[in-house]
Order: sequence, then structure tokens, then C-alpha cells
Amino acid sequence: MNNTLTIAWKELKIYFQTPTAYVVSAMFVVFAGITFILNVIGTNPEATVRSFVVPSSIFYILLAPLLTMRLLAEEQKLGTLELLLTSPVRDWEVVLGKYIASLVILIATLAATLYYVIMIYAFGEPDSGPVMSAYLGMILYGAAALAIGMLASSLTSNQIVSAVLGMGTLLILTFIDTLGSRLGGVTGDIVLEISMRTHFGDFARGIVDTSHIVYYLSIIAIFLFLAVRSVETRRWR
Amino acid sequence: MIELDSITKYYGNYPAVTDISFRVEKGEILGFLGPNGAGKSTTMKIITGFVPPTEGTCSVAGNDILTNSLAARRHIGYLPETVPLYTDMTVSDYLEFMGRIRELKGEHLRKRVDSVVQICRLEEYFDTFISKLSKGFRQRVGIAQSIIHEPDVLILDEPTIGIDPIQVVETRELIKNLGGEHTLIVSTHILPEVSMICERVIIIHEGQIVAVDKPENLATRLRGTERVEIDVAGPTREIVSALEKVPGVESVNRKNSLSDKGYSSFEIEAERGLEIRSELAISIVKNKWDLLRLEAVGMSLEEIFLRLTTTEDATQDGENLGIEEVSNNE
Repeated sequence: MNNTLTIAWKELKIYFQTPTAYVVSAMFVVFAGITFILNVIGTNPEATVRSFVVPSSIFYILLAPLLTMRLLAEEQKLGTLELLLTSPVRDWEVVLGKYIASLVILIATLAATLYYVIMIYAFGEPDSGPVMSAYLGMILYGAAALAIGMLASSLTSNQIVSAVLGMGTLLILTFIDTLGSRLGGVTGDIVLEISMRTHFGDFARGIVDTSHIVYYLSIIAIFLFLAVRSVETRRWR
Repeated sequence: MIELDSITKYYGNYPAVTDISFRVEKGEILGFLGPNGAGKSTTMKIITGFVPPTEGTCSVAGNDILTNSLAARRHIGYLPETVPLYTDMTVSDYLEFMGRIRELKGEHLRKRVDSVVQICRLEEYFDTFISKLSKGFRQRVGIAQSIIHEPDVLILDEPTIGIDPIQVVETRELIKNLGGEHTLIVSTHILPEVSMICERVIIIHEGQIVAVDKPENLATRLRGTERVEIDVAGPTREIVSALEKVPGVESVNRKNSLSDKGYSSFEIEAERGLEIRSELAISIVKNKWDLLRLEAVGMSLEEIFLRLTTTEDATQDGENLGIEEVSNNE
């Protein structure tokens, strides 16, 4: 666990010393801000966070892979993975450490959007339950998106390829629900269940359903596991 | 300290190393000499546990590199040929990080960082981003990270490649001083370098060990001889004395007799660079002995030497004028 934190700390330092995280997070906050304003100046403004939480979750498709693309791809490109994997560090510690760093950046970015929440509380009387559940959902959704990004980053030494792979996978996993509802029947239900968006709606509405939490945790576990495996197979290639 | 037992590694169908076995004792400085692509790096990657061997076993400080990997890795300091560094980190942050993942902490970690910075003379660049350092200084940072945890085994893959001649001299000094405390494996394709640094040399070519020797003995071998093998039927003693008279021949040895027809094998050594085969044939035919076979043999080691960089200046950029003096000084 010590190694995991050491690696997480190192990655956080690099996040703060390089522009990527700043740019990506700033864009996210601006995007959330625009959707927030659109709600406020609209004909029926609501005192909820739903208005910007739902579109922002879509923005994860861009945000998460951009945050994770460097993490493992660059190690492979620079060759530093060789030093890391010949140190007394387990492969999963490397993956988990880097994942935690990206998660911290994501949560920090989300924290910046709390500004809008403060505005809502200042000028309206929102229901606190849905606000909290929405943020829980945002964290889970984001964490799952980052795990997908980690796998994408482990598969290639090219950051662009890694980002595109991550975005593609997220795009499919997010919007596949449209296909699900078209298909109908059992197949349709299964496809709907796979979609990341299906499981997000309830959080935004203020419902915390354990099945949704389990869904996101499973996505995180599966993709991180695959990322660890992918790092392991680097040795055999 | 390090033990390799019939290690074989295939990349796909291509054998990078075949059936390599050797041992390195504690405190020894072992040179790994071979032309580019001989399998030096692969062997080193196997010892560090980065690349698993297809066959065979390897252990470091008594820990198998595959089954007891973490324990083995604790004993290893490693500098790959490409000198991989995090360019987005400062020298101090980088060394601290590398120390931490090698299980150093607190006061001890700080002391070790200071100590390796001093050993590798990086004081001035302590807070410089690695991306701003020149190749030579990056090399030093690479060496610094490899010794930060005071490993028993230090593996340096071509540590003097691509840096300027003055830094080459400094780096060699540094490596020499590291011996004694650490068991060292240094790879190189520069022949004079091994005699400067190493106590024992393993020559590797096309994935196989072709010679293990002390650097002094290698020089003698390099001045070696041409060898010719013949199969001939006739009275042994007379054959030997007749062949010894051929100009250029230094020795004639009867190796063994072949089957029933009275043929024997002889090994003839001659001065290097001399073509004696036609003279030998003439001498044999003149005496009316039966000549069955006549063949030049055993050139492999010499051929490998020829493919090695045997002079220092050839490895450097030709335009650099400092080279001559440096190689003369050594």
C-alpha cells in the first residue's frame, strides 16, 4: 500500500507540474458552468444540480481519457516502466497508484463545481438529498470512466491512441442505451444494463440504488484488473 | 550472487539468447562484451526480472527471479541502455521517488539522496527538471537512481554510450569505484572498456557465450593464430615434422585417429593472417600421403572481436576532436 501511495503522490506532482490536468479540469468547470447558466436563465429554472450534472457526465467521455492517457502510455514510451517493474513494486500497485492520482484530480475538479451548488443554495431552496446523490453518482461515473481510461493507457505507448481508445470505449458504453431501448426484449435489457448512462439517471434524480453502485464498482474492478493484466503481459511481449 | 542456469529466450521464433549459464560472485565486476544485438540487453533484462526467460532459471542473491521476484528485485539496481527518466520531474523529486519505491524512507532516504547526488556530482542540478539536462547528466541521474538503495547487485547496460569523452572517463571512474561494494555487471561493445573496468569478461555473440576470461587473457587471444585442421593418412611422426617445416606454421598437434583407414586428424596453428593451406597441401602430396580434408577452423572468436569496436575513437562522433587525447590518457 505504501508503494501505491508513493506512486499516486508522484503522479499527482506531475499533474500539478504539467498543464494537461489544469486545462482539462478548467474546460470541465466551464462546461458545467455553461449548462448551469443555461438552466438559470431558462424559462423554468430549477433549484437542482441536475441541470448541469447530467450533461457534465457526458463530458467525462472527453475528460477521463485525457486525464489517464499519460499514466501508463508514457511509462512505456519513456521506458520508465522497465525501472518501475524491476523495482520491488507489484504490478497492481503501479496501476492502482496511478488510478488513485487521476481520481484525486477528478474529485478536485468536481469540487470546483461546488461553486454552482453554493449559488443554488444562496438563491434557492434545493433539496439536499438529490444534490448529494448526484455528486455520489458523478464520482462513481467518473471513477468508472477513469478505470476505462487506465486500460486504454496500458494498451499502448502512444498517448493519442490511448485517449482515442478510451473515448471510443466510453462513447459506446455511454450511448449504447439508445440501442438497448430500440432492441427491446431480453437482449435490449442486457444492453441497457451495460450502458453507463442507464445507471446514472437515478443518482441525478436523488435515488441511491445499490445495484447502480455495484455496477460502477464492477466496471472499476474489471477495467483495473484488465489494466494490471495488460501491464503484466508487457513483460511477455 | 547471480546465477543463470541454461537461460534461453525467444522473441517469437527468434532466439535472442540460447542456453546461457554463468555465475557472478559477490563483489565481482563482470563485463558483458558483444557486438550490438548479441543478446547482452536481453540477458540483463532477464536478470532484472523484466523479461521472463523462455527456459532456464535465474536467481539473484538466492531468490529465483520468477518465483520470488520481489525479494530478488530488492537486491538489484538497474540502469537500462535507454536511461529511462521521468522528464517532467526534478532530479531531487525523481531520486526521492526511486528511493521510495525501493523501500527507503524518512531520514535515511534523505541521506541516501544527498549521498548519491554527491557521488554522481549532481549538486548543481538538484532542482533542475530532468528534461533540461544534457545526455551526460541524465546518465548520471540514471546511475544515481540505480545505487540509491545500496543494492547488492548493480546492472548497467552500456553506461558509457552516447556521452562525451570526458564524461566517459568520469563515468568509468564512477563505475570502478562502485565495484567492491556492489556486484556489478556492465555491458559494452567497446573492447578497451572492459579491460579498464572489469575483472572478468563474458563474450556473447548471437545469443551464446563464446568465451569467459580475464581481460588480460583476451588481449592474448586477440593476437591469436590461424588454425587449420587436416585429415591425412600416413606415419604420424613424419607428418608432424614435415608440416612443421612449412613456413609460418607454429605448431602441429595430432588430435585423434579416424576409424580404420589410417587417417588421423591434425590441428595446425600458424601465424595470424597467413594463408598456409596451399603450402600444407603441397607438402602432403609431395610425401604421397592421402589428404582427406583440409579446413580452416576456429575463427569465431576472432571474427567476433573484429565486429567489436576495438578502438575507442571509432565509437565517438568523428568530429569531436577531444577523443584522441582522452584515449591516449587511458
